[in-house]
Amino acid sequence: MNLITSRYFPWVFLVAVAVLPLMFASDYKLFQFTMVVVYAIAVLGLNLLTGYNGQVSLGNGAFYAIGAYVTAIMMDKWDIPYWATIPFSAVICAGVGFLIGLPALRLGGMYLALTTFALAVATPQLLKYKLFDDYTGGVQGIVINKPDAPFGLPLNPDQWLYLFALTVGAILFILATNLVRGRIGRAMRAIRDQPLAAEAMGIDIAMFKTRTFALSAMFTGIAGSLGAITIQFVAPDAFGVPLSLTFFVGMVVGGGASIGGAIMGALFIQFIPNIADEISKAAPGAVYGLILIAFMFLLPGGLASLIRILKRKPA
Amino acid sequence: MAGQAETRGTPLLRVNDIVMRFGGIVALGGVSFDVERGQICGLIGPNGSGKTTLFNCISGIYRHSRGDILFEGKSTTGQPRHRMASLGIGRTFQNVALFNTMTVRDNMLVGAHHRGSSGFAANALRLNASRAEEAAAYDGMDELLDLLDLRAVADQPAGGLPFGTRKRIELARALIGRPKLLLLDEPAGGLNHGEVAELGALFRRVRDHFKLSILLVEHHMALVMSVSEKVVALEFGMKIAEGTPDEVRNEPEVIRAYLGDAEDAHAA
Repeated sequence: MNLITSRYFPWVFLVAVAVLPLMFASDYKLFQFTMVVVYAIAVLGLNLLTGYNGQVSLGNGAFYAIGAYVTAIMMDKWDIPYWATIPFSAVICAGVGFLIGLPALRLGGMYLALTTFALAVATPQLLKYKLFDDYTGGVQGIVINKPDAPFGLPLNPDQWLYLFALTVGAILFILATNLVRGRIGRAMRAIRDQPLAAEAMGIDIAMFKTRTFALSAMFTGIAGSLGAITIQFVAPDAFGVPLSLTFFVGMVVGGGASIGGAIMGALFIQFIPNIADEISKAAPGAVYGLILIAFMFLLPGGLASLIRILKRKPA
Repeated sequence: MAGQAETRGTPLLRVNDIVMRFGGIVALGGVSFDVERGQICGLIGPNGSGKTTLFNCISGIYRHSRGDILFEGKSTTGQPRHRMASLGIGRTFQNVALFNTMTVRDNMLVGAHHRGSSGFAANALRLNASRAEEAAAYDGMDELLDLLDLRAVADQPAGGLPFGTRKRIELARALIGRPKLLLLDEPAGGLNHGEVAELGALFRRVRDHFKLSILLVEHHMALVMSVSEKVVALEFGMKIAEGTPDEVRNEPEVIRAYLGDAEDAHAA
């Protein structure tokens, strides 16, 4: 009784559910669940920027790509262990995000969306650029090895990778939850809702917007690193416009300005295309589109609003 | 406290010969006046007289072309807009600028933003500093919720509430920042008769309770005259009168600005 009403219950429940696949799922299913964690981090990163701060980005796939390549290059060229590449990828992506955030200050709404979209369009080509060929492997990309479980843990590589991604993801979700609940999160939302008033309350808008960009890029970049390790391969054409739009779909379907929504959005973007494929081998895209439209009609506030609706009605 | 004694001689706000030009148009042609500590000062004038322009210069939204604005003896000219709150200048907006998706409480907590200093990392890690700040931000909130009759709606999103309530939320949001000077932009606008009548008493109570000064831009003449200790009247960007409500009411220039010339009246 007490456990169910406790405010920690959703978290305990979530951890329990998250660890379940470790025991029962096949290696392929585990791979899919690992990708759910990766996408959840990326969608969360986008949600901090767009959902909470109101800066629409259609180009977060670029940060994901940078994170993925930082990890792949470090592992491939310098034999750096996979886990040690993640802090580097976080710092580099935060730096790039901050720099992109500076011109973004001058661009509102639609124009920012368009500019970030251009970033998504340009990313694959930049990754194929001849000058970087030695590092990036050009069109061929980079193949990396799947890490084994450390400390002699009785887990196969897929199980270990899932657990590793889950741990990183859990830390990032806790950090993001703390952040949006407090002073910084309120300032982020205040800027989105009413910039002039936010400024009158003492909020330095330029500082907040650029740092939120850096934060979003950092989360997305870490997701990219984990994604590269999971898929064991990076190649330019995986990081184009569709990837950025996938994150955007995940954010909207999960629910803007919602931490839990990022997890549900990630489940959607990982599994709904597969389900669409099973329903119709001939036109999975059309089925996917229909499912997407149905979701938007039935739950305009995203999947996160479903929980809010259920909470209001005492069971 | 020592600082307060030292600065007792200087007015809280000194507006010194402010000129504001928009292209070739002179919106303010050299306006000067003071607001003393603890004073309620009303700024009046017909439409287009420059009241709102002056208000925006004081709150830092416009950069005036000439002159200086001194707050507690220090120039605020050139200070970024987001510095105004921490200097001690709070404000409300003519058309109510609330954070609509956020609850009333969260709106107020944003009002306390400048009292904190914790950054992204401290908040994400929930360091002690950020937790102490969070607790301090709640300080005085319950008192304000009661004073402004907002307790019943405290946990509702501000967006869906009635206009009169939204105006009180704005006031609460400004007050939790503990301003020394409160700038009110047409607080009576859009309110009904009964609500306006309560407003004057509320402003006095707020002033006495929080020991602040109020600068009020207002069209509602009865409210300004009843609540202000000092009234400044503008016309065409120039000050045409300054003094107690009675003095300003009887000033021929003010009567002319509002009612027109006696000769004009005859001619009409």
